[in-house]
Amino acid sequence: MSVTRLTPQREFDIVLIVNGAARRLTVDARTTLLDALRDRLHLAGTKKGCDLGHCGACTVLVQGRRINACLTLAVAHQGEPITTIEGLADGADGLHALQAAFIEHDGFQCGYCTPGQIVSAVGLIAEGRAGSDDEIREHMSGNLCRCGAYPNILAAIRQAAREAA
Amino acid sequence: MVPFAYAAAPSADAAIAHVARRRGAEFIAGGTDMLQLLQEGVRVPAELVDINRLPLDGIEVDTDAVRIGATARMSDVADHPRIRAEYPAVAEALLLSASPQVRNMASIGGNLLQRTRCVYFRDVVTPCNKRAPGSGCSALDGENRLHAILGASPHCIATYAGDLAVALVVLDANVVINGPEGARTLPVEALHRVPGDAPEVETVLEPGDLITAVLIPASAHARRSHYLKVRDRASFEFALVSAAVALDIDAAVIRQARVAVGGVGTKPWRLPAVEHALVGHRVDDELFHAAAARAADGAEPRRHNAFKVELLKRTVERALRTVGSRS
Repeated sequence: MSVTRLTPQREFDIVLIVNGAARRLTVDARTTLLDALRDRLHLAGTKKGCDLGHCGACTVLVQGRRINACLTLAVAHQGEPITTIEGLADGADGLHALQAAFIEHDGFQCGYCTPGQIVSAVGLIAEGRAGSDDEIREHMSGNLCRCGAYPNILAAIRQAAREAA
Repeated sequence: MVPFAYAAAPSADAAIAHVARRRGAEFIAGGTDMLQLLQEGVRVPAELVDINRLPLDGIEVDTDAVRIGATARMSDVADHPRIRAEYPAVAEALLLSASPQVRNMASIGGNLLQRTRCVYFRDVVTPCNKRAPGSGCSALDGENRLHAILGASPHCIATYAGDLAVALVVLDANVVINGPEGARTLPVEALHRVPGDAPEVETVLEPGDLITAVLIPASAHARRSHYLKVRDRASFEFALVSAAVALDIDAAVIRQARVAVGGVGTKPWRLPAVEHALVGHRVDDELFHAAAARAADGAEPRRHNAFKVELLKRTVERALRTVGSRS
């Protein structure tokens, strides 16, 4: 049986589509999507918390679905549309509805988890999983807040989900 | 992470041929477990072959069976209307696993092959026979509250941590494996190994073997199946104890019974003594209590995990009652 041979490489010239713009960069095979966004493209809104997929601070949307940017390699996402916290704002006042709701409900204390919370909530609402408080709590379980701002995070998401409905 | 080389697989055959031939080459799919292990230095592959762009992500349901492609994502399988209706234990096990972000990334094949959550396995500075064969088992007399009470050996007491595989065992599911010698199918129940004296060998897969699909036959007991997970926190946590139950009930009599448990065994652990106590009997809470009393037969608890013996029986009983009361 003859099959195409693979030639694994350690370095790649790639194009990432981030917040609608094609960004060209050279990455080591090991570079996580999170490190590519933060350290190479200087989009530091996406946070690095645990770097092991446990905290959700690094949540971004890839092809519209929320994922942990720390648990995936940048080289694996060439050509796929990626949305970070910096790319969410679409409103006339310069804020996404969830960003405005987090401010209105004081959905944070230190703010470190907030970009991940907001991007994750965008994914949650798109999934149709924001139907009740219990459902929001369950399906936001991938985002931890060490300040314990959960009641206000919940209130912000509840309001944004109602507005989106 | 130590340096490695990466390639996206142009075809399954090319990926299989490469990984079979090259020492230190591994497949990567969703990567959610692999990236954690790379970050921690637990896995140090020379090469990673990415199978995500291969056409292996289909979910095909017909009247006899469902075929779930190996790179289908956990979230897509969990949300599939016919899987929820006809194989509820599968959808429930997946929705109770990990977080929404991880479920959007993780593949079905990779989920089955996830590595143990034993803290000593994941901490490279401690002895661990699974990670460094012959170095010893730190859990035997260490922190072993989360460890196995069934199927352990003097060399390893780490649990198999997954949920999906436990549900698949009670649904008589098979994995389709493509390897250097061609394709074969294998019951999910036969995929994982107990540790014995070689805890580093966790499955029967050979180098280059790639899980390409999971096949689940349709059945009356699959329709009446359930997955119950008991854990330290309400969400995004591995099981202390879990139970998958599938019953075929006709005129209030149990015709077929499948029971398997997670969080307590070194592999997905089927409970034939419980099944035997159920078959042929009328559905009844006393029957469920008596059958569940057999759930921990042969259990060998360690210093911190003896609570799992009673918790296991109660978890099985509650799962049986839930299924028994479903119309």
